Amino acid sequence: MSRYSVFSLVRNALSYHQNWQRAWRSPDPKREYDIVIVGGGGHGLATAYYLATECGITNVAVVEKGWLGGGNTGRNTTIVRSNYLWDESAAIYDHAMTLWQGLSRELNYNVMYSPRGLLHLAHSVHDMQEIQRRGNAIYLNGIDSEFLSPEQVKAMVPYMQMDGRYPVLGALLQRRGGTARHDAVAWGYARGADAAGVDIIQNCEVTGFDIQDGAVVGVETTRGRIGAKKVGVVAAGHSSVVAEMAGFRMPLESFPLQALVSEPVKPAVDCVIMSNGVHAYISQSDKGELVIGASSDAYNSYTQRGSFDVIEDTLQAICELYPLFTRMRMLRQWGGIVDVTVDRSPILTKTPVRNMYFNCGWGTGGFKCTPGSGHVFAHSLANGEMHPIAAPFSMDRFHSGALIDEGAAAAVAH
Amino acid sequence: MLLITCPWCGERDQTEFHCHGEAFIARPANALDMTDEEWGDYVFFRKNVKGIHYERWSHDHGCGRWFIAVRNTATDEFLGFYKPGEEIPAFELEGA
Repeated sequence: MSRYSVFSLVRNALSYHQNWQRAWRSPDPKREYDIVIVGGGGHGLATAYYLATECGITNVAVVEKGWLGGGNTGRNTTIVRSNYLWDESAAIYDHAMTLWQGLSRELNYNVMYSPRGLLHLAHSVHDMQEIQRRGNAIYLNGIDSEFLSPEQVKAMVPYMQMDGRYPVLGALLQRRGGTARHDAVAWGYARGADAAGVDIIQNCEVTGFDIQDGAVVGVETTRGRIGAKKVGVVAAGHSSVVAEMAGFRMPLESFPLQALVSEPVKPAVDCVIMSNGVHAYISQSDKGELVIGASSDAYNSYTQRGSFDVIEDTLQAICELYPLFTRMRMLRQWGGIVDVTVDRSPILTKTPVRNMYFNCGWGTGGFKCTPGSGHVFAHSLANGEMHPIAAPFSMDRFHSGALIDEGAAAAVAH
Repeated sequence: MLLITCPWCGERDQTEFHCHGEAFIARPANALDMTDEEWGDYVFFRKNVKGIHYERWSHDHGCGRWFIAVRNTATDEFLGFYKPGEEIPAFELEGA
């Protein structure tokens, strides 16, 4: 792999950009790999990258039914943060946050991590109590967390309507929170993994597993059987479908989650704003588009589209908070399928099938944890035991009762 | 936006309804003798099928009554709506 640098830019400019190296190969699958990762989204590619670069296991394949980052990695609102209530969540999300900070340099690929600050609004006495409880818990976990008065909020986001239908009584600010360019994350990890020897096999859908004596020994795909000593499934919204192929159920339900972007305008929002109370997320991309996140639909579906009333609901809240945006035109809207657990925390786990591991259940907020999830999952796969940060997220918790209840902690948003 | 046929009221907009997930989950009769595994399966584990899904809906902003809907979760197409206790025909996906 040739490194990207100012010199490579100049060199390639001189040859009219005709000679850029392909970012990753497109190899045919080998007969067998030490580890096969099912799913070429951000989390799967990050897992492969850390397996190859940190765990010394380079005989790895990532099989992807579509194209890299074409699922939820390319369908989110690019928000990065770690302001979670429970200790287990703080550990894994802040682990990701630490990795985000050095990621562009490590991957030699600009993932455009932008710690522009993330403002979580409080609109009622209850919201204020919630952010105080959570803010203090976050602070005690050593994660940055500040309370802002309405005056401080106004100074930070001058266009926001403070005393409308949803009065802003205060906010919780995480300065390290912000955004990262979602597809660059997938591409950066893919390029890094490929350079370290990982085979990335696109347009290769898993159709079944070869399971012998309770242990997985291979995956059946649309490009034939691929032998595997271990399998890591990172299939997001389709995790239940993949689990069914392996003969067990997961505590997941899949829902459409929508987002939309506006026409590009001049800079108006220079941080990320989110509100659980009215369930809206808004930030502005570097191109100038407002990026708006809506809630998930309330019924199971795999359609990658959602209901119009969900968008209406979100946009009325955005327009109320930002009357400036009432005449904005929306350019694109899309839906992704999110796999949601009852406690709104992810599942990183061993499974009833030996040597098969699952990383799923990231629900409506997996993007922010892409580096952390991949990192601890890679170490878990390599060692055969779950990494200490991943261990509490085992699916045993749905039988033992040791839930990590971020759903109850933060009401909705993740 | 889905168009849903309440078996009592007829076609209505989806916003009048609430979905309650997988149908036919019976509360266990032997609750006192169940293991943690059995309780966990009953409370948390769902089929989450990509295909034909039998699900419960209630017409909250209408008659308030509950019914069973059959929907293909891969396309969101409804295959039928049934009152509780009604016989539901067996559905198969084309090509399945």
